[in-house]
Amino acid sequence: MKISTNWINDFVDIKDLDKKEVADLITNAGVNVEQVTSCNLNNLVIGEIESVTPHSDSDHLNVCMVNVGKETLQIVCGASNVRKGLKVIVALCGAILPGNFEIKQRDVRGVSSNGMICALFELGLEEKTTETYNKGIYELPMDAPVGMDPIKYLGLDDTVYELDLNPNRNDCLSHLGFAYEVGTVLSLPVKKPTFEINCLKDSIKNHFSLDIATENCKLFLSRMVTGVKVKESPNFIKQRLEAAGMRSINNVVDISNYVMLLYGQPLHFYDKDKLGDNITVRMATNNEEVVTLDNQKRVLNDTDIVVTNKKEVVSIAGVMGCLNTEVESSTTNILVESAIFNPYNLRYTSIRLGLRSEASLRSEKQLNYEYTYEAINYACYLLEKYADGKVLEDIVNYDVIDKKDKICTVSIDKINRVLGIKVPKEDIDKILQRLGFSYQFENDIYTVTIPNRRMDVSSLCEDLIEEIGRIYGYDKLENTLPVEPIKVGSYKKTTKFRKDTSKEMRKLGLNEVKTYTLVSCEESKMLSDEDAISLLLPMSNDKAYVRQSLIPSLLKVYDYNKAHGVEDINIYEISNIYHNDEQYSEETLLSVLMSGKYLANSWLNNSVNADFYLLKGLLMQYLNYMGYSDRVSLEVKTPKYDILHPYVYADVLVDKERIGFISKINPKNYNEVYVMELSLTVLMKKKSKRLKYEEVSKYPDIVKDVAFVVAKEITCEDILKVIKMNGGKLLKDVKVFDLYEGEHVESGKKSIAYSLTFNSVERTLLDSEIDVLFRNIIEKVKNKFDAEIRDR
Amino acid sequence: MNYDVEKQNIINKIKEVTTLQQLNEVRLYYVGKNGLISNLRSNIKNIPNEEKKEYGIKVNELSNCFEENYNIKKEELETLEVDKQLQKDKIDLTMPSYSFSSGSSHILEKVIEELEEFYISMGYDVVEGPEVEKDLYNFEMLNLPKGHPARDAQDTFYIKGDEWLLRSQTSPVQVRTMLENKDKTPIRIICPGKTYRRDYDDATHSHQFMQMEGLVVSKDISLSDLKGTMNLTAKKLFGEKVETRFRPSYYPFTEPSVEFDVSCFKCDGKGCNVCKNTGWITIGGAGVVHPNVLDMSGYDHNKYQGFAFGFGIERITMVKYGINDIRTFYTNDLRVTNAFNQREGE
Repeated sequence: MKISTNWINDFVDIKDLDKKEVADLITNAGVNVEQVTSCNLNNLVIGEIESVTPHSDSDHLNVCMVNVGKETLQIVCGASNVRKGLKVIVALCGAILPGNFEIKQRDVRGVSSNGMICALFELGLEEKTTETYNKGIYELPMDAPVGMDPIKYLGLDDTVYELDLNPNRNDCLSHLGFAYEVGTVLSLPVKKPTFEINCLKDSIKNHFSLDIATENCKLFLSRMVTGVKVKESPNFIKQRLEAAGMRSINNVVDISNYVMLLYGQPLHFYDKDKLGDNITVRMATNNEEVVTLDNQKRVLNDTDIVVTNKKEVVSIAGVMGCLNTEVESSTTNILVESAIFNPYNLRYTSIRLGLRSEASLRSEKQLNYEYTYEAINYACYLLEKYADGKVLEDIVNYDVIDKKDKICTVSIDKINRVLGIKVPKEDIDKILQRLGFSYQFENDIYTVTIPNRRMDVSSLCEDLIEEIGRIYGYDKLENTLPVEPIKVGSYKKTTKFRKDTSKEMRKLGLNEVKTYTLVSCEESKMLSDEDAISLLLPMSNDKAYVRQSLIPSLLKVYDYNKAHGVEDINIYEISNIYHNDEQYSEETLLSVLMSGKYLANSWLNNSVNADFYLLKGLLMQYLNYMGYSDRVSLEVKTPKYDILHPYVYADVLVDKERIGFISKINPKNYNEVYVMELSLTVLMKKKSKRLKYEEVSKYPDIVKDVAFVVAKEITCEDILKVIKMNGGKLLKDVKVFDLYEGEHVESGKKSIAYSLTFNSVERTLLDSEIDVLFRNIIEKVKNKFDAEIRDR
Repeated sequence: MNYDVEKQNIINKIKEVTTLQQLNEVRLYYVGKNGLISNLRSNIKNIPNEEKKEYGIKVNELSNCFEENYNIKKEELETLEVDKQLQKDKIDLTMPSYSFSSGSSHILEKVIEELEEFYISMGYDVVEGPEVEKDLYNFEMLNLPKGHPARDAQDTFYIKGDEWLLRSQTSPVQVRTMLENKDKTPIRIICPGKTYRRDYDDATHSHQFMQMEGLVVSKDISLSDLKGTMNLTAKKLFGEKVETRFRPSYYPFTEPSVEFDVSCFKCDGKGCNVCKNTGWITIGGAGVVHPNVLDMSGYDHNKYQGFAFGFGIERITMVKYGINDIRTFYTNDLRVTNAFNQREGE
């Protein structure tokens, strides 16, 4: 919203105040003045051309003598319309024109020139076009006083405020409403516009009838003006509209906009002769078609409110009029509409049809019915005064507005308890007076009547307390802390688990990343066969679905870094994904991607590179840390998704339940990239081991090594299980120390070597008893896997 | 035999020696099987008895002289020998080391954890809520009924009809927490998390961003309590010197509502490019919990009062570290991440 402070001055006297300072005060009190712009032209003066002599050395330049009041200046001018007796705008030496163009005394082909006679575009007051250029220098009225500041004379010395309004303060979408805010903040009285209409003896009721056939219209007022002449608007209207960011069209259109900018009440003018003698307001029917003022065909539905003349739709209520009743230059009789419709309907209509305008912006908010009345009368007054119109008597109205006063009661104690400070009663009194809220005070309680112009202040006392607080000044609040019993703050359960996971990942050298939840259709299917949740109205195809795996996002991070020369990429993300079920159930995933060097040295040839066993080690360390040691197993499988390596994939199981997978990205897509994805939601449901001290054995270990030759398909873990099953309590640890295929081992077979450690915390073990145990283990493995013992 | 000359010979001979091998040769010459001193010792049997004592003394002196010098020299040469061995271990210590990649948290997570630590120390619990949320919790129970004009300001990603959406704020966690708290006892929580709005991604907008919400509900929680809390938060984030300012604002779920600014920590409020010459930086929004919100969540607004606040984590992080493109957080350039893998200096 743009505000002309000249206009505000009609209602509150701020003429002599610094507009920047006023803006700051208003901003601090809650209505944000985002920008303050003034016409910043100095050293301009109104001059009279006393003589014009052609320049001796030019065919188009003239040497003029110009009286600027204090002196007469010689100025060289090239404009074709320069002539003796003209009143013109003179930029004196020292003036700085737009484009940082400084006016100086200079010689023009041997003749001294001491200033410049200006066109409006040269002052930045008009656009520079061929048309404005051809107009030449600006010709002021003959009665313009020589020596005066022309900007002031033209009424262009306006300061414009650009407001950034909070959605509740639509009262400030009008100059009058903003004037009240200024009055409140500056403690100045506000006077409303006063005017009088000289009505014809004829009543509108003789020419017009109104029917309201929908509950979505609560107030509809109509007046009639005849004999209107469509012409140019007076200067002050043009200037104020322009200051407020609207273009001047003609006096009639301008008056409707002017009144809207003044009261915040949108009006609509119909050509009465085209309209006929009735208006009926109803809901549109589905697929009803109309042509709006912008000459566009619009298709309506039954949530749109329409104004009709019984035969056809003449306007989409509160949004835009129709071409069939447009006011044109030939129009003489006008029907003025000022109405309040259901704002929610208007909002949906204007959004759906893409018709957001200054009018819809206001009509889709709550309007003050008092201004609906004042606005229609003021518009008639202006039509009478500036469009030669004659106003007919009476208003044809439909009015079912609830006019009950808004009463708010609040105690001083409540005010102080909400603000946390003690506001003196005298100050509260003064603030209520400044706000223009009438009140009574009895038994420590204020009973306040909220004026209708403040639709945002309800009868809830908190609304009133906010008004008191913001005018009193939030800088007067204290810095206190809640006085509450001491309590230990903590992470709630799932958050704690996630935090611990994140910490362990970082300890293991992985970098945390954060990526977008929304992905493309293709990405959503990369690692899920569930239908992903899709957005109702996505902004783009690449962000249309809620992801179900983080790995596609991690691959994007990989791509980005690779493209920027980062070779070693070891990253993780913990994020929620959502399933497309009834309640959109949530699952927290941990995903890891490893590629390149894990521990790097640029010149020694022993860097540690990311590979399957490194990632598996990381997985094991993580699960051990989280308290799931000895409950983890991998189940080698064929992955369901193409993006993964068909032969390097295993489900990760804890207590035989799947918690995720570990794999390698298919080499046809990416080279040496390893990934895993675990469901923390599933994992954290499992009870983890509590910390417990276990005494370290004082007795020596007995270590036995054995190498089995077995068929290739038999896994390390298959054998391990048999060893452990038969090792009993004395078998403390089993390590694999060799894997061999090739010479001396039959083809199709492999040799795998284990080192078994036996120990007891109670006694020194006897070699003989361990020999028996060890031989038994070997026999069991031999039988189970048809294994042979390899001699070394 | 002139013993004094012989002593001097020993000293000179040992002095000339440069290797342990030469020293051994000298040793053999004197005290080996047929060594000079060995021979002198065995010759004592041929010395007349009355001279034996004096002879013995002389030979012993000679022997002592040898031992003494020999031992000194031996130690000296052995030290040299060890050093020679150690010298072989000499390497160019300036060659590059292994480079450790100690894992780093995401920059946003660093700021979140800093704030979490601070609020936990003041007795707040850290609570989370779902990102796919009901319109009911994201809007309606926050005093934003359908068609409310303030819904305009945060255009939302809807999922199904007008019932489910991607949450546009972390505020629904407030509602969920109050509803879940069956005993309606006082509440002190913060809720960090991801939020989504229909914005086109550019340097200052992101369709996905992180917020941290705070809620305190108890008997007499006032706007001044909120100011004190925000003041401490600002000092924690930006240093002891910063001041906090409240400006009136509007949120449907708080009344009164404020925006809070901190004095520019870079220029101390004098005006610079960080604060766009205003001396102040807007950090977040807050207010006293709206009575309708309390009532809808089962807290009687006649008995309870509270405050709520929220800030954009990206915004704070950008201001704090001078980052000027919000997309930086989501491209995850590891060069940036690694540069932040450091504890905060003093």
